[in-house]
Parts: sequence; C-alpha cells; structure tokens
Amino acid sequence: MANPSQTAPPLLEVQHLCKYFPVRAGLLRRQVGEIRAVDDVSFAVYPGETLGLVGESGCGKTTTARCILRALAPTSGAILFRTQEGTVVDLAPLSEAELRPLRREMQMIFQDPFASLNPRMTLFDIVGEPLLVLGRMRDRQQRMDRVAELLEMVGLRPEYMRRYPHAFSGGQRQRIVIARALALNPRLVVADEPVSALDVSVQAQVLNLMLRLQQELGLTYIFVAHDLSVVKHFCDRVAVMYVGKLVELAPTRSLFFQPRHPYTAALMAAVPVPDPRLRGKMQPLEGEVPSPANPPSGCYFHPRCPHAVEICSQEPPRLQEIAPGHFVSCHRAQELELVGVDAAEVPGHEG
Amino acid sequence: MSNDPAPLLVVRDLKTYFFLDEGTVRAVDGVDFAVHPGQVVGIVGESGCGKSVTVKSVMRLVQRPGRLVAGTIRFRPSSQSAQRWPLAPDGTLDLAALDPQGPIMRAIRGGEIALIPQEPMAAFSPVHTIGNQIVEAIRLHQDVDRQTAWEWGVERLAEVGIPSPAQRMRAYSWELSGGLRQRAMIAMALACGPRLLIADEPTTAIDVTTQAQILTLLRALQEQHNMAIIFITHDLGVIAQIADHVVVMYLGRVMEAGPVEEIFLRPQHPYTRALLRSIPSIHTPSRTLLPTIQGSIPHPFNRPAGCPFHPRCGDFVPGLCDRNTPEPVPVSPTQTVSCHLYTGELHGEPIPDRSSPA
Repeated sequence: MANPSQTAPPLLEVQHLCKYFPVRAGLLRRQVGEIRAVDDVSFAVYPGETLGLVGESGCGKTTTARCILRALAPTSGAILFRTQEGTVVDLAPLSEAELRPLRREMQMIFQDPFASLNPRMTLFDIVGEPLLVLGRMRDRQQRMDRVAELLEMVGLRPEYMRRYPHAFSGGQRQRIVIARALALNPRLVVADEPVSALDVSVQAQVLNLMLRLQQELGLTYIFVAHDLSVVKHFCDRVAVMYVGKLVELAPTRSLFFQPRHPYTAALMAAVPVPDPRLRGKMQPLEGEVPSPANPPSGCYFHPRCPHAVEICSQEPPRLQEIAPGHFVSCHRAQELELVGVDAAEVPGHEG
Repeated sequence: MSNDPAPLLVVRDLKTYFFLDEGTVRAVDGVDFAVHPGQVVGIVGESGCGKSVTVKSVMRLVQRPGRLVAGTIRFRPSSQSAQRWPLAPDGTLDLAALDPQGPIMRAIRGGEIALIPQEPMAAFSPVHTIGNQIVEAIRLHQDVDRQTAWEWGVERLAEVGIPSPAQRMRAYSWELSGGLRQRAMIAMALACGPRLLIADEPTTAIDVTTQAQILTLLRALQEQHNMAIIFITHDLGVIAQIADHVVVMYLGRVMEAGPVEEIFLRPQHPYTRALLRSIPSIHTPSRTLLPTIQGSIPHPFNRPAGCPFHPRCGDFVPGLCDRNTPEPVPVSPTQTVSCHLYTGELHGEPIPDRSSPA
C-alpha cells in the first residue's frame, strides 16, 4: 500500500475553483442565467495518494476533474500544480501553449473505453501517439519498444500492437486506455469512472491493475466515481460533492465510519449491499438532486436533509475542519450523531 | 426449483437465437425458471448473459433476426381473461406457441404482463403527454371511457408517489426529472393491474439515492397488489435487496438458481462464488487486491463448447467441462446448480467449499 505522506507538499492544490456555464435563451442567445457546475471547491492532493471524488449526477465531479486537467477553462480559482522540477504553477490562467509542456505530467483515464479509442488506429498508434506528440520520440523503433513495454505493464501481449481496438473486450480496452495514459510517465492520473462501464467480473481486474501500477510507478490518482463501494475500496481520502459544492472531505475510514455530513450518511444508507441479511436497512432520502441552474437557498441540501433547522435554509455553510483532516460543510456538523457503515453487523460471505 | 401450487409463469428450455450473416448467436440457450404469484424473481448477469432477451422472449417481443427456436413459456392468466382464451387443462397458456402479433398476446402484453424498461426517457413518447399515454394503455385493455381512464391514471400517479398527479398527467415526459419519469413509467405499467411486472434494469440509469426510493416503491407496490416481479439487473447489491428468488445467468444459460439467502450466503457455482468475491463491497478492507475472475466474457460468436464458463473457471476439469454442457442439478430442496462439480459425472468426492480464489 502506498502510504501517502501528507507532510510532503501537495502535488496539486485546488483553491476556490468555480466553473459556471452560461444559460442562453431567446433569439439573440442572451445569457439568462448560469449553471454553477463547480462552486468554490478547494482541496489538496498529496503525492502517491488516491483522492476519490464522489457524488450523484450533476454534482460537478467530472467538471472538477476536467478543470484540473484544463480540458475546461475554470471561471475562477486557482489550480496549483507542483511540477517535476518542484516549482508550483497555477494551471488556471495558462494558455494552451503554456500548458503543453505540463500535459505530460497529468493524464486522464476515461469512463467508456468503447468511445475513447479511435477504431481506425492500431494499438501502436494509440499508445504511441503521446510519445510522438508530447514526448518527441521520432524514432519508430524506439516508440515500438516503449509501446511494447507499456502493453506488457498493463497485462496485454506486445504482439497485439498491430491490432485495432475492436478486437478487444471492454476490460482489455480499458487496459489500452491506461497504457496510453501512462506512456509519458505522468505523475497525476485523473480517472473518470474508469470501471463503471465494465462488467462486474472484469472491474476487479482493472482496479487491481490500477493499484499495482500506482505502487510500482508512484502515481497519484484522482478517482472520480459514483459507486461508493469501489471508492471505499480504492481511495485513501474521499471528497463528496453535492450540486457543485464540496460537502465533506476526509480520510476514507473516517468518512465511511463516521460521516459528519447528513448527505454523506444518506448516500451510504442508499447503497444496496450485496447481502440479503441487511435487507430493509436501505433508507431512501426524500426528493431529488436539485438542478444546479436553480439551487435552493442556504445549504443546497436542506430541502432533503432530515436534520435541517432554520439556519440551513438561510445561510450557506462554510467548509470547516472538524477533526484533523476531516472537512465538512454543515451548520450542525458538531452536534449531529450520524451513522456510517457499521463494520460490526457485517459477517463474511460463505459463512 | 420448488413446485408450489400453481406457479404464475414457468419457462422451460427456452432458446432464443439470433441468425446473423456472421453466424448464429445463441443469446438464450436452454433457460428454465419459474415465477410464483407475489414473488420477486431477480435475474442477474453480466452483459451478453441473455437476461434481457429472456424477458423479451417471455413478452414475445424478440424481433428479427432473433427467433424463439425452442421451449415453452407457460403463463397462468387471471380468471377473468382465462374465460376467453384456449387454456391447457392445467389452466395455463403457452406463450411460446402464440402468434406474437395475435390478439391474445396483445391482450397479455400490458394487461397481464407489464414491462418497465431501463430508460424511461426512451420509453415515453416526447410528443404526447404522460396522461395521454397512460389513458391509451388503459383503454387498450379495459372497456372504459376516456374520463374514467383519466381518473384511474391520476390515481396511479398518486400511488407511485408523484406529487400533484392531476397536473403531471398533462406534463410531457421531458418535463419530469429522472426519478419522477421512472415513477410515471411504473404507474403506466401498473395501469391495468398486471399479475406479472417485468422490470428490466429499472434503476440503472438513475442516481443511488433515487434508486433506493424506486426499489422501496416497487417492494411496497408488489406487496399491496400481490403482484409478481421479474427484476433484471447486473447489480448484485440491488438483487440482494429486492429479490426473493435469484437466477444467475452467464452466456445464455442459468448457472445457479435459488432463494436469495442461499445464492448470497451459500453460493455453489464457481461463477457465482467468484462473482461475489470480486465485487468490492462497502464492507471489504480498503486498498487490497481483489480476487478476480480471469479473462473476459467471450464474444457471442465464439461461445465456448461445454460449460460456457469453463475457460474462466478455477475448477475447470479438462475433457469434461469443455465437452459436456452441465444440466441443472438440485443441491438443496430449493437451489439448483449447473456445474459438473455437482452433476456426478466427476468421479470422487463432491468438491467442498473453497474460500481461496482460484
């Protein structure tokens, strides 16, 4: 297990990140409003750790990830990245040209390996492209050697280099996507739902591969997912988002066993557990996720929150550190006793 | 499989093949299961296991180049419908022998057996109001006037927990949120009081908090109406929470079937065991390597001979598993397994439970 040392300076620090999308209407496409997809989100990622970013659809987890990689330009805020040389660069205001030398240090693994691989390119072209474009590796033989090495690293046979993606299954395609992401020895890998498009029986293979590669190569992951079981298994720390806001950020254990935000607790109570003995423990939350175009007043969660009091509908709560490393954004975080995943009540399988 | 008096639906040796230019895909290849009144049967499996094609075959909705090539689907209609239809002496009707477009099948679809599709956005017409679509469904099966049908529709929407149902009847599907749309879909499926509801991955496209609401709603409706449900999903967690009886499918065949407790707590088939071990549960230790199933699901054209799981199985017996297809054998009064470890073809002692992964 790669033990992230939080004493080391963070690899990435996101400060007050905002991304607003304009809403346009009418003949002149005038801006009539905005969608606050990411609204004042701050967190740090330390070298060698895996930070999970979880939430339901529309919570802004993918937008946050895309802003970090500068696939999107943030509306405001800072994205401080510590480069290989040890200098800290704010990625937010950089232009495409200025970003280019930094791109090799941060790579992405996409959700759907059927959409993220060009069907007309061979594995050699796909995995070798970053080497050619960003790595300036002009020599074909050199590229072939590196692609072979990468394919072997992700558990594919180097002979497959001449084949096209259609010849591979979902799990194998995701390995190709991982090989491509690792081609330039990145330090930060952002994985956006890397296993949610895969069959259950191959999910574990890909998760194991990602864990092994992290240990071998000292990678830092930002792991975007909606599946809490996978996140709990895979991440060192977890950030929970709701309608564009960060509601809780904590080490995985404390988040799951002692959640401090009612939304986190509700999210965990809603996960169907694959054990029929725990039936009826599922406690559905009332209502639905509000639209980020028209969020409620105060705390965005208050209309659905079973613990809401008057202040919750009036004032937005601020993110505060309630215990060392445990951040929560809730007015009542100090007084509430919330139930997380109870380890005691769960016997093993095949008992 | 238990033979309680009068099962609602009995599927025997169902085979549905797709005849393509590239070859024949045996999407469903000899599936057996039964549904009793008021029971929730969960069909669980990964992509390509034939779970959707199985229920499409039951509803006779398989389209060319697919064809139902063998098997029987014995369904027991409600007593009022039964008077009009030519039933077998045991009071059942073989749906497999009916004309898919014929009047009986059309009356059964929606009237006796209703379907909740996976994607409610695609299932509703965007140019008709929710109310119009529900009224149409009711009036196809019941001899009532528009006004009455409309009132029933409002009642159904209220029953599935849609706020201000009278207004929502006039709404279009795209005006509703994902959760409300799925509730409206359920209301429409229930409109004619079906005896069997087929839910094809009804919560796959929606968020986890909404999913919990929908599962709770389906369970409550099932109890109120004493309706049977066939629930299809790939999510083992959902199955454990909703199903009474579980059918585990892999590549068109039933690997294991039994009551939910037996499948989850005493899985016998190597596939079921491996599958349950490989899912990261919210309760498993973090950042450890998970036991995996080697390889991946074969392409439907390259279906392995013998047991379809044998190339990935840790208990593979050469010369047996790759030649003979195992038939379901009972391992308890209620649980059946299709695996040569239990068929008696393997000499020696039965293989004990294995806790370590292969």
